[in-house]
Amino acid sequence: MINYDLVVVGGGPAGMAAALKAKEEGVEKIIILERAETLGGILEQCIHTGFGLHYFGEELSGPEYAEKFIVQVEASDIDVKCDTMVLDISDDNVVTAVNKTDGLVKIQAKAIVLAMGCRERPRGALEMAGTRASGIMTAGTAQKYVNLDGYMPGKKVVILGSGDIGLIMARRMTLEGAEVKVVCEIMPYSGGLTRNIVQCLDDFGIPLRLSTTVIKTHGRERLEGVTIAKVDDRLQPIPGTEEYIECDTLMLSVGLIPENELTKNVGIPLDRVTNGAVVDEMRQTGHKGIFACGNVLHVHDLVDYVTLEAQLAGKGAADYILGRTPGEAIYVAPQTGNGVRYIVPQKINIKNPNDVKLYFRVGKIYKNARVVVECDGNVLSSKKKVKLAPGEMENVVISADVLASMNDNSTLSVRVEE
Amino acid sequence: MKKELTCVACPLGCQITVEYNGEEVISVTGNTCKRGDAYARTEIVNPTRSLTTTVKVDGGVHPVVPAKSSKPVPKSMMFDCMKVINAASVTAPVTIGQVLIPDILGTGADIVATNND
Amino acid sequence: MIYDVAIIGAGVIGSLTARELSRYKLKTALLEASNDVAMGATKANSGIVHAGFDAVPGTLKAKFNVKGTAMMAKYCEMLSVPYKNNGSIVVAFSEEEKHTLRVLYERGLANGVEKLRLIDREELVGLEPNIADEAVGALVAPTAGIVCPYELTIAAAENAVSNGVEFKRNCRVTGIAFSDGVFTLETTLGEIKSRYVINAAGTHSGEVSKMIGDDSVEIVPRAGEYFILDKAVGNLVSHTIFQCPTELGKGVLVTGTVDGNLLIGPTASDIEDADDTATTLEGLNEVKRLASKSCKNVSTRNAITSFSGLRAHAKSNDFIIGPSSANDHFINAAGIESPGLSSAPAIAVYLAYLICNDFEKIDLNPDFDGVRHDVFRFRHASDEERAAAIAENPAYGRIICRCETVTEGEIIDAIRAPAGARDVDGVKRRTRAGMGRCQGGFCGSKVVEILARELGKEVNEITKFGNGSFILFDKSK
Repeated sequence: MINYDLVVVGGGPAGMAAALKAKEEGVEKIIILERAETLGGILEQCIHTGFGLHYFGEELSGPEYAEKFIVQVEASDIDVKCDTMVLDISDDNVVTAVNKTDGLVKIQAKAIVLAMGCRERPRGALEMAGTRASGIMTAGTAQKYVNLDGYMPGKKVVILGSGDIGLIMARRMTLEGAEVKVVCEIMPYSGGLTRNIVQCLDDFGIPLRLSTTVIKTHGRERLEGVTIAKVDDRLQPIPGTEEYIECDTLMLSVGLIPENELTKNVGIPLDRVTNGAVVDEMRQTGHKGIFACGNVLHVHDLVDYVTLEAQLAGKGAADYILGRTPGEAIYVAPQTGNGVRYIVPQKINIKNPNDVKLYFRVGKIYKNARVVVECDGNVLSSKKKVKLAPGEMENVVISADVLASMNDNSTLSVRVEE
Repeated sequence: MKKELTCVACPLGCQITVEYNGEEVISVTGNTCKRGDAYARTEIVNPTRSLTTTVKVDGGVHPVVPAKSSKPVPKSMMFDCMKVINAASVTAPVTIGQVLIPDILGTGADIVATNND
Repeated sequence: MIYDVAIIGAGVIGSLTARELSRYKLKTALLEASNDVAMGATKANSGIVHAGFDAVPGTLKAKFNVKGTAMMAKYCEMLSVPYKNNGSIVVAFSEEEKHTLRVLYERGLANGVEKLRLIDREELVGLEPNIADEAVGALVAPTAGIVCPYELTIAAAENAVSNGVEFKRNCRVTGIAFSDGVFTLETTLGEIKSRYVINAAGTHSGEVSKMIGDDSVEIVPRAGEYFILDKAVGNLVSHTIFQCPTELGKGVLVTGTVDGNLLIGPTASDIEDADDTATTLEGLNEVKRLASKSCKNVSTRNAITSFSGLRAHAKSNDFIIGPSSANDHFINAAGIESPGLSSAPAIAVYLAYLICNDFEKIDLNPDFDGVRHDVFRFRHASDEERAAAIAENPAYGRIICRCETVTEGEIIDAIRAPAGARDVDGVKRRTRAGMGRCQGGFCGSKVVEILARELGKEVNEITKFGNGSFILFDKSK
């Protein structure tokens, strides 16, 4: 058995920022366990720019954003094991991991930060009919093939899902010489940023079909085409609207799912909406000493917010390890009011002496609405927003003063007023 | 003449109307902030875009290294730039920030590596 | 070179028969049209080892089912294939269906099925708490089990090849001639000569028997669609839950799999094309509807994937097993639909018997070893076994498929094995890499890399399942 103060599971942006913050806060022995060959996580294949505007005030590509943290980790005495897979976390914080050089290792941790990221929803989850031809892949897999491996995964492409990954891949494939025939989106609105629709689709004349989905794949061996159809209000295909589109590749960008298998195995309670752990304001899960941050906690749209969240988790883990927590916690759970799908953190220790930021997502697009925060029946704030969209994470700040005024019977809620 | 634009300066995505006369912009309306005004004026006169792609590497860990234009290039030249980039190759080691193709097609933009390899 | 026996089709019947024949000093060739074994009806079916109460007494189905089921546990143990004796339940939803249960019960007794029991609703709910409220009674068959059909086939083919059988993939038979006691098979790999031919060509067995002028084998390809659900709901039921059978088959079932997933399906629809495995929206919706009839809380929100399997239904409604009327050295093993998997071990032994019986004297293969050795499965190993395996081969320390915990070492083993994997789906069926909830999203590209390295190919030459199912085009630059 090896001993570490802090074990960080995952060496992407969340894991690195959490480890660095914990180090800065005085934690001595820290190790990052990363399953890929290098640190950086999914950023390594996200070669487009648009990262870091909030955190660094400059527009970076994914690898550049990651590099800023990799350099710091390498300059520190944080241990890193890449190509290492965590298999299990026990109830008493023993981490079992495996790799080629060390074999099976067991690490006793004082605290653990979970930063495993997320995975893409595959075809099977979609109930798409048709053949099992090759050429049907997630947008992320295609992104790896073209950006890291240097191979074209397709020449005539249909993309299902207009989230940012789908849009970015439409541009990438076009620039590399492929023909992107159409991007279909089952919802009546795009899940991606407007700027990406303009820069990735409009610039290249790629049509975006809203309220449209792929209902069938064709081709015995390699994909030969897909049938698309309009959908009704219940997202069911409308008979008579089918259209055949010839293509050799179908890329799916139909949602991300936090990778919480380890979390579930430890028995940590999950939030049914986020599919991530239920956490407090320092991102501590329901299991003492285990923290979670980044996309494993809830799927973010901006890596900058992942970094900020991971720093909270790193600070929380440091406080826990160094015994700096302010006694028995008193938790208040912020309630999701009208229009709010989820809030992270799901609970706040009102003894926390600092301001707490609540991150949330809305369930549909709102124009000129108000975000209202209420505490014990009093409106704390009512902020006008020109636009609210499910694809864009919002936040409100609960000040330390407000927290200090609360007790264990207090209520706190966030809602949208149209 | 009038042209409708969707602003890409920030996630808000304002619908902007630009009124212009040949190359001269007369008015910009619909924008929420100054950045929108600036975006609209450039977009009418000389639209530009940042270019991100990969460049072939010989002898590296990966067969390609990610790269970007050091500043936006004219939108109309993106595919011409890609032709130059696709014909180029560099020898490992490549370091992040290294200029791989200087002043591509006279645009003043360098193609620089955005990762090590 | 003249083979003693050429087996056409490396499905569960062909592969198990090849293994049976490898007990003897016979030159046996196992010919497969696809890039891998188990690519037809064997690849996609319910994986049920039936107790044997469905088939009408006196039919070949009845005869082989009960015998095969009795052999299955032992075969799976020898071949290192997971088998689970979970038992099956047929549910009645009306008094009329209760009558059907009684008929099935009587049939079971006539077929020699042991331990059958008719139970009331109360006992049923005790056994299966998630059973639908409408269920009124059930027939319990404790001898039924589950097995993974393609794993059994892969193991059998591997063991057959280890014992001297020659496996030829991408070898489609296009014509057969016979003279001087020898068959000449025209194939996509050239001419192959053999003294005996076994026709185990699944949905194509009708075409193959026609090649020697035997028109008696009439096969109707019948498609069945399924969903595989996440392991999170794998224990929704503990038995295999059937509804009362109809003309087209045993109806939609709900069952756990040996790998811990939940399987629901199949539909049954006759199709034109013997290779058409496309799913349909109507079919998938039908599966959902019918599965919900059996059990509460079946939700395809947990679906990992859906697929369509083919069944080689004979118009005669029974297995067609035995020498052809056109040539008694040409032996049909056709129309093998359910309970074909359950019957397979017994059919294989019978086919080997038919061949051997024809020889005046036949020597045993002195080197025959019916046990499949050294199958390391990281996810099933203890910590000690894992540590020891990695110490011996570090590739067992590198996890490639994180959802199913499959190591690089296991993937290399699968490629290097006799009759080993040559494509991504072949690796998937042998190791489960890519079989989990992300469906190869993360590991797919790594599996392609390992295949290319092991086979000495470029990554864009690697396919999903042979032929034109390539994954990558050219280099981007």
